[in-house]
Amino acid sequence: MKDKYIIIVGCGRLGAHVAKMFTRSRNSLVMIDKDATAFSRLSEEYSGFTIEADAVEQDTLLRAKIDQADVLVATTDDDNTNIMIAQVAREIHHVPEVMLRIYDPSRAKIYEGTGITTICTTLLAAEAFGQALSSQEGVTLP
Amino acid sequence: MNIFMVGGGHQTHFLAKSMISKGHDLTLIEENSEICARLARDHQALVIQGDGTRPYLLQDAGITRCDLLLALTSKDPDNLVICQLTSKVYGVPKSLALVNDPANRLTFQKLGVQTVVSTVEMITDLIEQRLFLDDISNLSPIEEGKVSLMEIELKVDDRVVGNTVQEASFPAQSNIGCVLRGQEAIIPGGATRLEVGDRLIIICLPKYQSEVLKTIRGRLT
Repeated sequence: MKDKYIIIVGCGRLGAHVAKMFTRSRNSLVMIDKDATAFSRLSEEYSGFTIEADAVEQDTLLRAKIDQADVLVATTDDDNTNIMIAQVAREIHHVPEVMLRIYDPSRAKIYEGTGITTICTTLLAAEAFGQALSSQEGVTLP
Repeated sequence: MNIFMVGGGHQTHFLAKSMISKGHDLTLIEENSEICARLARDHQALVIQGDGTRPYLLQDAGITRCDLLLALTSKDPDNLVICQLTSKVYGVPKSLALVNDPANRLTFQKLGVQTVVSTVEMITDLIEQRLFLDDISNLSPIEEGKVSLMEIELKVDDRVVGNTVQEASFPAQSNIGCVLRGQEAIIPGGATRLEVGDRLIIICLPKYQSEVLKTIRGRLT
Protein backbone atom coordinates (compact mmCIF):
# COMPACT_ATOMS: atom_id res chain seq x y z
CA MET A 1 0.00 0.00 0.00
CA LYS A 2 1.62 3.27 -1.12
CA ASP A 3 0.74 6.93 -1.36
CA LYS A 4 -2.77 6.76 -0.06
CA TYR A 5 -4.67 9.52 1.67
CA ILE A 6 -5.83 8.09 4.99
CA ILE A 7 -8.04 9.66 7.65
CA ILE A 8 -7.98 8.13 11.12
CA VAL A 9 -10.64 9.14 13.64
CA GLY A 10 -9.83 8.59 17.31
CA CYS A 11 -6.28 8.87 18.58
CA GLY A 12 -6.47 6.21 21.25
CA ARG A 13 -4.00 3.35 21.64
CA LEU A 14 -5.36 1.60 18.56
CA GLY A 15 -5.64 4.76 16.45
CA ALA A 16 -2.11 5.83 17.32
CA HIS A 17 -0.80 2.37 16.55
CA VAL A 18 -2.57 2.26 13.19
CA ALA A 19 -1.11 5.71 12.42
CA LYS A 20 2.37 4.42 13.22
CA MET A 21 1.92 1.47 10.85
CA PHE A 22 0.65 3.67 8.04
CA THR A 23 3.39 6.29 8.56
CA ARG A 24 5.99 3.67 7.73
CA SER A 25 4.42 2.97 4.37
CA ARG A 26 4.63 6.58 3.08
CA ASN A 27 0.97 7.53 3.09
CA SER A 28 -0.56 10.94 3.74
CA LEU A 29 -2.27 10.85 7.09
CA VAL A 30 -4.77 12.98 8.95
CA MET A 31 -5.60 12.15 12.55
CA ILE A 32 -8.81 13.51 14.09
CA ASP A 33 -9.54 13.54 17.81
CA LYS A 34 -11.74 15.83 19.89
CA ASP A 35 -9.15 15.89 22.65
CA ALA A 36 -5.82 17.49 21.73
CA THR A 37 -3.95 15.71 24.52
CA ALA A 38 -4.66 12.42 22.73
CA PHE A 39 -2.17 13.39 20.01
CA SER A 40 0.67 12.82 22.51
CA ARG A 41 0.10 9.11 21.84
CA LEU A 42 1.38 9.57 18.27
CA SER A 43 4.90 8.29 17.71
CA GLU A 44 7.75 10.70 17.02
CA GLU A 45 8.05 9.72 13.39
CA TYR A 46 4.40 10.62 12.71
CA SER A 47 4.49 13.21 9.94
CA GLY A 48 0.79 13.65 9.14
CA PHE A 49 -1.70 16.33 10.14
CA THR A 50 -3.76 16.45 13.29
CA ILE A 51 -7.21 18.02 13.64
CA GLU A 52 -8.69 18.69 17.05
CA ALA A 53 -12.44 18.42 16.51
CA ASP A 54 -15.43 16.13 16.86
CA ALA A 55 -15.70 14.00 13.71
CA VAL A 56 -19.43 13.54 14.30
CA GLU A 57 -19.79 17.17 13.17
CA GLN A 58 -19.90 17.25 9.38
CA ASP A 59 -17.53 20.23 9.06
CA THR A 60 -14.74 18.26 10.68
CA LEU A 61 -14.69 15.59 7.98
CA LEU A 62 -14.87 18.26 5.28
CA ARG A 63 -11.92 20.05 6.86
CA ALA A 64 -10.04 16.77 6.70
CA LYS A 65 -10.84 16.74 2.94
CA ILE A 66 -12.81 13.54 3.16
CA ASP A 67 -13.82 13.77 -0.49
CA GLN A 68 -10.20 13.10 -1.45
CA ALA A 69 -9.62 10.30 1.06
CA ASP A 70 -8.79 6.77 -0.09
CA VAL A 71 -9.23 5.24 3.34
CA LEU A 72 -11.04 6.15 6.54
CA VAL A 73 -10.46 4.27 9.78
CA ALA A 74 -12.83 4.88 12.71
CA THR A 75 -11.21 3.88 16.01
CA THR A 76 -12.90 5.99 18.67
CA ASP A 77 -13.81 4.26 21.93
CA ASP A 78 -17.54 4.58 21.19
CA ASP A 79 -19.12 1.97 18.92
CA ASN A 80 -22.01 4.14 17.79
CA THR A 81 -19.73 7.04 16.95
CA ASN A 82 -17.62 4.71 14.79
CA ILE A 83 -20.74 3.33 13.11
CA MET A 84 -22.01 6.81 12.29
CA ILE A 85 -18.69 8.17 11.01
CA ALA A 86 -18.09 5.05 8.90
CA GLN A 87 -21.54 5.31 7.31
CA VAL A 88 -21.12 9.02 6.60
CA ALA A 89 -17.74 8.34 5.00
CA ARG A 90 -18.96 5.43 2.93
CA GLU A 91 -22.47 6.42 1.88
CA ILE A 92 -22.31 10.21 1.76
CA HIS A 93 -18.68 10.92 0.82
CA HIS A 94 -18.10 7.62 -1.02
CA VAL A 95 -14.71 6.92 0.51
CA PRO A 96 -13.47 3.74 -1.29
CA GLU A 97 -12.21 1.94 1.79
CA VAL A 98 -13.86 2.40 5.19
CA MET A 99 -12.90 0.42 8.27
CA LEU A 100 -14.22 0.58 11.78
CA ARG A 101 -13.28 -0.89 15.11
CA ILE A 102 -16.12 -2.20 17.22
CA TYR A 103 -16.43 -3.81 20.65
CA ASP A 104 -19.97 -5.16 20.44
CA PRO A 105 -20.67 -6.88 17.10
CA SER A 106 -24.43 -7.18 17.66
CA ARG A 107 -25.19 -3.97 15.76
CA ALA A 108 -23.38 -5.13 12.61
CA LYS A 109 -26.66 -5.68 10.72
CA ILE A 110 -27.34 -1.99 10.23
CA TYR A 111 -24.33 -1.42 7.97
CA GLU A 112 -24.27 -4.86 6.38
CA GLY A 113 -23.84 -4.77 2.63
CA THR A 114 -22.49 -1.22 2.56
CA GLY A 115 -18.89 -2.36 2.02
CA ILE A 116 -17.63 -1.22 5.42
CA THR A 117 -14.93 -3.43 6.89
CA THR A 118 -15.52 -4.25 10.56
CA ILE A 119 -12.80 -5.22 12.97
CA CYS A 120 -14.32 -6.52 16.19
CA THR A 121 -11.56 -6.46 18.78
CA THR A 122 -13.61 -8.54 21.22
CA LEU A 123 -14.01 -11.42 18.76
CA LEU A 124 -10.36 -11.19 17.67
CA ALA A 125 -9.18 -11.43 21.28
CA ALA A 126 -11.58 -14.30 22.02
CA GLU A 127 -10.28 -16.22 19.00
CA ALA A 128 -6.70 -15.59 20.06
CA PHE A 129 -7.47 -16.90 23.53
CA GLY A 130 -9.14 -19.95 22.03
CA GLN A 131 -6.18 -20.69 19.82
CA ALA A 132 -3.72 -20.21 22.66
CA LEU A 133 -5.75 -22.60 24.77
CA SER A 134 -6.06 -25.33 22.14
CA SER A 135 -2.35 -25.16 21.35
CA GLN A 136 -1.57 -25.54 25.05
CA GLU A 137 -3.85 -28.52 25.39
CA GLY A 138 -1.66 -30.34 22.89
CA VAL A 139 1.46 -29.84 25.03
CA THR A 140 2.16 -32.63 27.48
CA LEU A 141 3.50 -31.34 30.72
CA PRO A 142 6.59 -32.96 32.11
CA MET B 1 -50.32 2.96 19.84
CA ASN B 2 -47.28 1.27 21.30
CA ILE B 3 -44.62 3.98 21.60
CA PHE B 4 -40.97 3.59 22.57
CA MET B 5 -38.82 6.48 23.71
CA VAL B 6 -35.08 6.12 24.16
CA GLY B 7 -33.24 8.72 26.21
CA GLY B 8 -34.72 10.54 29.18
CA GLY B 9 -34.18 14.28 28.87
CA HIS B 10 -36.72 17.03 29.52
CA GLN B 11 -38.52 16.38 26.25
CA THR B 12 -39.07 12.77 27.25
CA HIS B 13 -40.77 13.79 30.47
CA PHE B 14 -43.19 16.18 28.78
CA LEU B 15 -43.69 14.02 25.70
CA ALA B 16 -44.45 11.03 27.92
CA LYS B 17 -47.01 13.05 29.83
CA SER B 18 -48.79 14.09 26.65
CA MET B 19 -48.62 10.64 25.01
CA ILE B 20 -49.99 8.88 28.08
CA SER B 21 -52.83 11.37 28.41
CA LYS B 22 -53.77 10.52 24.82
CA GLY B 23 -53.99 6.85 25.78
CA HIS B 24 -50.84 5.44 24.19
CA ASP B 25 -48.78 2.62 25.69
CA LEU B 26 -45.32 3.80 26.54
CA THR B 27 -41.96 2.12 27.00
CA LEU B 28 -39.13 4.38 28.16
CA ILE B 29 -35.49 3.31 27.91
CA GLU B 30 -32.79 5.30 29.68
CA GLU B 31 -29.27 4.53 30.87
CA ASN B 32 -29.10 6.64 34.02
CA SER B 33 -30.75 4.93 37.00
CA GLU B 34 -31.73 8.16 38.78
CA ILE B 35 -33.54 9.45 35.71
CA CYS B 36 -35.20 6.03 35.35
CA ALA B 37 -36.44 6.18 38.93
CA ARG B 38 -37.91 9.62 38.30
CA LEU B 39 -39.57 8.53 35.04
CA ALA B 40 -41.03 5.47 36.76
CA ARG B 41 -42.35 7.62 39.61
CA ASP B 42 -43.93 10.24 37.34
CA HIS B 43 -45.39 8.13 34.56
CA GLN B 44 -47.63 5.13 33.98
CA ALA B 45 -45.12 3.58 31.63
CA LEU B 46 -42.77 0.64 31.39
CA VAL B 47 -39.35 2.05 32.28
CA ILE B 48 -36.24 0.06 31.38
CA GLN B 49 -32.77 0.98 32.52
CA GLY B 50 -30.07 0.24 29.99
CA ASP B 51 -28.35 1.14 26.74
CA GLY B 52 -31.08 1.52 24.12
CA THR B 53 -28.58 1.03 21.31
CA ARG B 54 -28.11 -2.64 22.28
CA PRO B 55 -30.19 -5.07 20.22
CA TYR B 56 -30.78 -7.58 23.04
CA LEU B 57 -32.17 -4.86 25.30
CA LEU B 58 -34.54 -3.64 22.60
CA GLN B 59 -35.63 -7.23 22.00
CA ASP B 60 -36.30 -7.85 25.68
CA ALA B 61 -38.27 -4.61 25.82
CA GLY B 62 -40.57 -5.95 23.09
CA ILE B 63 -39.41 -3.77 20.19
CA THR B 64 -41.10 -6.03 17.64
CA ARG B 65 -44.48 -4.81 18.89
CA CYS B 66 -43.48 -1.15 18.68
CA ASP B 67 -45.50 1.15 16.37
CA LEU B 68 -43.51 4.34 16.82
CA LEU B 69 -40.01 4.89 18.10
CA LEU B 70 -38.54 8.20 19.26
CA ALA B 71 -34.75 8.45 19.68
CA LEU B 72 -34.21 11.36 22.04
CA THR B 73 -30.75 10.89 23.57
CA SER B 74 -28.24 13.72 23.73
CA LYS B 75 -25.80 11.84 21.48
CA ASP B 76 -26.43 11.98 17.74
CA PRO B 77 -24.58 8.72 16.92
CA ASP B 78 -26.75 6.89 19.46
CA ASN B 79 -29.95 8.31 17.99
CA LEU B 80 -28.84 7.27 14.50
CA VAL B 81 -28.00 3.71 15.57
CA ILE B 82 -31.27 3.35 17.50
CA CYS B 83 -33.36 4.40 14.49
CA GLN B 84 -31.39 2.26 12.05
CA LEU B 85 -31.57 -0.79 14.30
CA THR B 86 -35.26 -0.52 14.98
CA SER B 87 -36.31 0.14 11.39
CA LYS B 88 -33.82 -2.09 9.52
CA VAL B 89 -33.58 -5.01 11.94
CA TYR B 90 -36.86 -5.00 13.87
CA GLY B 91 -39.17 -3.51 11.25
CA VAL B 92 -40.59 -0.74 13.42
CA PRO B 93 -42.94 1.11 11.01
CA LYS B 94 -42.24 4.67 12.17
CA SER B 95 -39.18 6.16 13.75
CA LEU B 96 -38.10 9.66 14.61
CA ALA B 97 -34.67 10.90 15.61
CA LEU B 98 -33.70 14.04 17.42
CA VAL B 99 -30.48 15.64 16.21
CA ASN B 100 -28.52 17.83 18.56
CA ASP B 101 -26.27 19.18 15.80
CA PRO B 102 -28.56 20.72 13.13
CA ALA B 103 -26.05 19.85 10.41
CA ASN B 104 -26.74 16.17 11.08
CA ARG B 105 -30.36 16.41 9.95
CA LEU B 106 -29.51 15.86 6.30
CA THR B 107 -26.97 13.18 7.16
CA PHE B 108 -29.57 11.20 9.09
CA GLN B 109 -32.04 11.47 6.22
CA LYS B 110 -29.42 10.26 3.74
CA LEU B 111 -28.71 7.32 6.03
CA GLY B 112 -32.34 6.26 6.01
CA VAL B 113 -33.95 7.79 9.09
CA GLN B 114 -37.53 8.73 8.16
CA THR B 115 -38.17 11.75 10.33
CA VAL B 116 -35.45 13.92 11.78
CA VAL B 117 -36.11 16.78 14.15
CA SER B 118 -33.62 19.45 15.10
CA THR B 119 -34.85 21.49 18.03
CA VAL B 120 -31.98 23.95 17.65
CA GLU B 121 -32.88 24.54 14.02
CA MET B 122 -36.56 24.99 14.78
CA ILE B 123 -35.89 27.48 17.56
CA THR B 124 -33.31 29.37 15.47
CA ASP B 125 -35.73 29.64 12.55
CA LEU B 126 -38.49 30.80 14.80
CA ILE B 127 -36.34 33.44 16.47
CA GLU B 128 -35.04 34.72 13.12
CA GLN B 129 -38.53 34.91 11.70
CA ARG B 130 -39.92 36.70 14.74
CA LEU B 131 -36.96 39.06 14.95
CA PHE B 132 -37.18 40.66 11.57
CA LEU B 133 -40.64 39.75 10.52
CA ASP B 134 -42.77 41.11 13.31
CA ASP B 135 -45.20 42.21 10.59
CA ILE B 136 -46.26 38.64 10.11
CA SER B 137 -49.09 37.90 12.47
CA ASN B 138 -49.24 34.18 12.04
CA LEU B 139 -46.57 31.89 10.80
CA SER B 140 -46.53 28.14 10.69
CA PRO B 141 -43.85 25.94 9.18
CA ILE B 142 -45.21 22.95 7.27
CA GLU B 143 -43.46 19.64 6.62
CA GLU B 144 -40.49 20.26 8.94
CA GLY B 145 -40.07 23.82 7.70
CA LYS B 146 -39.94 23.08 3.96
CA VAL B 147 -42.89 25.42 3.38
CA SER B 148 -44.07 28.45 5.34
CA LEU B 149 -47.61 29.60 5.70
CA MET B 150 -47.88 33.22 6.83
CA GLU B 151 -50.49 35.87 7.36
CA ILE B 152 -49.68 39.51 6.56
CA GLU B 153 -51.96 42.50 7.00
CA LEU B 154 -51.71 45.26 4.38
CA LYS B 155 -51.06 48.76 5.72
CA VAL B 156 -51.67 52.18 4.14
CA ASP B 157 -48.17 52.81 2.88
CA ASP B 158 -47.54 49.32 1.57
CA ARG B 159 -46.30 49.19 -1.99
CA VAL B 160 -48.84 46.64 -3.23
CA VAL B 161 -51.95 48.45 -1.96
CA GLY B 162 -54.12 49.35 -4.96
CA ASN B 163 -52.29 46.93 -7.23
CA THR B 164 -53.79 43.80 -8.69
CA VAL B 165 -52.13 40.53 -7.71
CA GLN B 166 -50.57 40.39 -11.16
CA GLU B 167 -49.19 43.94 -10.93
CA ALA B 168 -47.79 43.27 -7.47
CA SER B 169 -45.62 40.52 -9.03
CA PHE B 170 -44.85 38.30 -6.09
CA PRO B 171 -41.73 36.09 -6.19
CA ALA B 172 -42.14 32.92 -8.25
CA GLN B 173 -41.79 30.61 -5.29
CA SER B 174 -44.72 32.16 -3.42
CA ASN B 175 -48.46 32.22 -3.76
CA ILE B 176 -51.32 34.15 -2.20
CA GLY B 177 -53.62 31.37 -1.13
CA CYS B 178 -56.36 33.56 0.23
CA VAL B 179 -57.26 37.20 0.90
CA LEU B 180 -59.26 37.85 4.06
CA ARG B 181 -61.24 41.09 3.65
CA GLY B 182 -63.52 41.87 6.59
CA GLN B 183 -65.83 38.89 6.92
CA GLU B 184 -65.08 37.78 3.39
CA ALA B 185 -62.56 35.20 2.22
CA ILE B 186 -61.40 35.57 -1.38
CA ILE B 187 -59.32 33.12 -3.40
CA PRO B 188 -57.54 35.70 -5.53
CA GLY B 189 -56.85 35.61 -9.25
CA GLY B 190 -54.41 37.79 -11.17
CA ALA B 191 -57.01 40.59 -11.45
CA THR B 192 -57.89 40.72 -7.73
CA ARG B 193 -57.06 44.20 -6.42
CA LEU B 194 -55.39 44.40 -3.00
CA GLU B 195 -56.79 46.86 -0.45
CA VAL B 196 -55.69 48.33 2.87
CA GLY B 197 -56.62 46.03 5.76
CA ASP B 198 -56.57 42.91 3.61
CA ARG B 199 -54.99 39.99 5.35
CA LEU B 200 -53.01 37.88 2.90
CA ILE B 201 -52.46 34.20 3.55
CA ILE B 202 -49.26 33.44 1.72
CA ILE B 203 -47.61 30.10 1.03
CA CYS B 204 -43.94 30.26 0.15
CA LEU B 205 -40.58 28.58 0.52
CA PRO B 206 -38.89 29.80 3.70
CA LYS B 207 -35.97 31.39 1.85
CA TYR B 208 -38.35 33.63 -0.14
CA GLN B 209 -40.07 34.92 2.99
CA SER B 210 -38.06 38.13 3.16
CA GLU B 211 -38.49 38.69 -0.58
CA VAL B 212 -42.25 38.33 -0.23
CA LEU B 213 -42.24 40.85 2.55
CA LYS B 214 -40.10 43.21 0.49
CA THR B 215 -42.58 42.93 -2.39
CA ILE B 216 -45.44 43.86 -0.10
CA ARG B 217 -43.84 46.61 1.95
CA GLY B 218 -41.45 47.93 -0.68
CA ARG B 219 -38.67 47.60 1.90
CA LEU B 220 -37.07 44.94 4.01
CA THR B 221 -38.84 44.62 7.41
